[in-house]
Amino acid sequence: MSHAATHDEHHDHGPEAGIMRWIKTTNHKDLGTLYLWFSMIMFFIGGLMSLVIRAELFEPGLQFVQPEFFNQMTTMHALVMIFGGVMPAFVGLANWMIPMMVGCSDLALPRVNNWGFWILPFAFGLLLSTLFMDGGAPAAGWTMYPPLVLQTGDAFPFLIFAIHLMGISSITGAINVIVTILNMRAPQMTLLKMPLFVWSWLITAYLLLAVMPVLAGAVTMLLTDKYFGTSFFTAAGGGDPVMFQHIFWFFGHPEVYILILPAFGIVSTIIPTFARKRLFGYDSMVYAMASIAFLSFIVWAHHMFTVGMPLAAELFFMFATMLIAVPTGVKVFNWIATMWRGSMTFETPMLFALGFVFLFTIGGFSGLMLAIAPVDFQYHDSYFVVAHFHYVLVPGAVFSIIAAIYYWIPKWTGHMYNERLGQIHFWLSAIFINVTFFPQHFAGLAGMPRRIPDYATQFTDWNVISSVGAFVYFVVQFVWAYNMIVNCIMKKGEPATSRVWEGAHGLEWTVPSPAPYHTFEEPPVLDESEVQGAHADEHQHEVQGKPA
Amino acid sequence: MSEPRTQSAPAEAPAGAPAKPRRLVRGGQLLLVAVAMFGFGYALVPLYGFICDITGLNGTNRGLKLEAQVDEAVDSTRTVRVEFLTTVNNNLPWEFSASQSSLEVHPGQFHTVTFEARNLAERDYLAQATPSVVPWNAAQYVRKTECFCFSPQDFASGEHKIMPVRFLIDPALPPEVETITLSYTFFDATGLARSDI
Repeated sequence: MSHAATHDEHHDHGPEAGIMRWIKTTNHKDLGTLYLWFSMIMFFIGGLMSLVIRAELFEPGLQFVQPEFFNQMTTMHALVMIFGGVMPAFVGLANWMIPMMVGCSDLALPRVNNWGFWILPFAFGLLLSTLFMDGGAPAAGWTMYPPLVLQTGDAFPFLIFAIHLMGISSITGAINVIVTILNMRAPQMTLLKMPLFVWSWLITAYLLLAVMPVLAGAVTMLLTDKYFGTSFFTAAGGGDPVMFQHIFWFFGHPEVYILILPAFGIVSTIIPTFARKRLFGYDSMVYAMASIAFLSFIVWAHHMFTVGMPLAAELFFMFATMLIAVPTGVKVFNWIATMWRGSMTFETPMLFALGFVFLFTIGGFSGLMLAIAPVDFQYHDSYFVVAHFHYVLVPGAVFSIIAAIYYWIPKWTGHMYNERLGQIHFWLSAIFINVTFFPQHFAGLAGMPRRIPDYATQFTDWNVISSVGAFVYFVVQFVWAYNMIVNCIMKKGEPATSRVWEGAHGLEWTVPSPAPYHTFEEPPVLDESEVQGAHADEHQHEVQGKPA
Repeated sequence: MSEPRTQSAPAEAPAGAPAKPRRLVRGGQLLLVAVAMFGFGYALVPLYGFICDITGLNGTNRGLKLEAQVDEAVDSTRTVRVEFLTTVNNNLPWEFSASQSSLEVHPGQFHTVTFEARNLAERDYLAQATPSVVPWNAAQYVRKTECFCFSPQDFASGEHKIMPVRFLIDPALPPEVETITLSYTFFDATGLARSDI
């Protein structure tokens, strides 16, 4: 059955013309597009900041920037990439895909959705404007530890209010996603028939709802400590700066899973498509994500092993952290088992998904190393930590976002990207991301501290390699931007079929490509062949057949 | 094409769709969760104080609070070394030192150590010292009946103060602890709304 725009008299208008379409829009596809464009701009801004860092670290000594500006770059790079790059990209994907995946016409609260997006440019306007202020941008690290962050100059309130706005945006997005998933699914779509991307976002949204307000509280305490004489973290007034670290990481650890759970959902969608098999262990994937989400609330202090905790606490947080490796291992196992004896092909989305599985796992292993409390005292605040979290965030979260865009953009625009350019983009990205970050493991183990603009000369070789990798990686991303913009958005590529990929299943592939402005105005009938998990048909595991 | 509309009616269906209030209700409930979590962030503050209090984390529990009456019960079979550390925060122009850098004590016996501080600045300060004990598990066995850290100290420009600290080490101190470091940091508390440590 076709779900082409079945325009009735209430919906015979398309999008409004001109700029007001984008400002006033409540359409989930328009807002998804806005989120993704915003995110891409932020990725390039944050990427330029990282190039300032890598240029300065190319050689020991100070070449290009002063230490104060270097610290501003590390701080702003992190804030822009986390809150402006990765999170809006996932929200954009959720906007585009969740209504089409669960079979409803839009998100549950479309006007809230519009508002949630449009406060983001203001949030980042506030944040980025600090670069032009006397005293410069915030420079105390994205973790904003007091008392250092309280020495920030005029930029301080801009930092706090920018974070408040980002938090409001994330919370409204999370509420929208939860209500959409729980209230608006197509009639036959039970929870365990939902695509895993939808599941991953449902869990992520609950994490957002639980921890973004805690971050808002923590930064509000910083604000009142600085301007209103409170002493939450000021030792002179009876406060405790270490308490900030506890509150921050109570937010911060679930936050890192907010940055990776949607990636799990994307990879769990892409690998079965190109292995032409059902996902192995669908239920265990859901339970694994839920376990990871639960555990994320009880491991925060592994970020602060060196702060002076009793042995019992060190042990608790060490073992709880290592426990997370179990559900994560289940997921990696299931991805590999999905590919086992599959009819695999290696189109660009699949390559990025496979790159994700391999390289994210490296980041997971270095995370396990960091979880060992006694050795963490050596690794803490070293470049080893930088290597670890960039492995899970760049070839982890960012590769998954790139994979998702390659995978779904033919559905969005109706045109295929150029496969050869996609392959070139993947291989150069995969090589140079390792050139960038793998040497940082060695520099860190040898003792190079993070957040330092200068270093001892014995670290030079690793830093030269790392800087070269970073510059090439950055340039390679223009291949991707060109491919997406020219072939898909400007429609120079081959027209896409509605199914796009031979092995793709899901409601989003039952609508034409490009997806009409309004889809699923009437709830669709869910054909069992479109269900990702084994619940569809327990006897039909190797799905190739057409629906009856 | 026109399937029966169940509970998942389209979002913007104009004709009396029952889904609209339900999604607003759920959205409102979730918003309340977010507001509650904002409150939870603040609730972590007293919770943290409570946990520090019962475990002695950060050396902020009983041992560092003023006690009116502590009975001496000298355990002369054991000697513990107590070291004193003084710091002025933020490079303020103050002098701050202990009359002696360390002391050998028997648990259960009172000792008095004097600390000296001088404000070298041109202006007056309200100064607050914060105590800290290492190792953390010794904190609750340091008992004090007198200390300048229990209240903010006024320092006029150039003022010099001699401040005694009267303390004993509780004989219940864990046997593996042989050295206790008692550290004081003076902070500028001018203009701060003071809360109890």
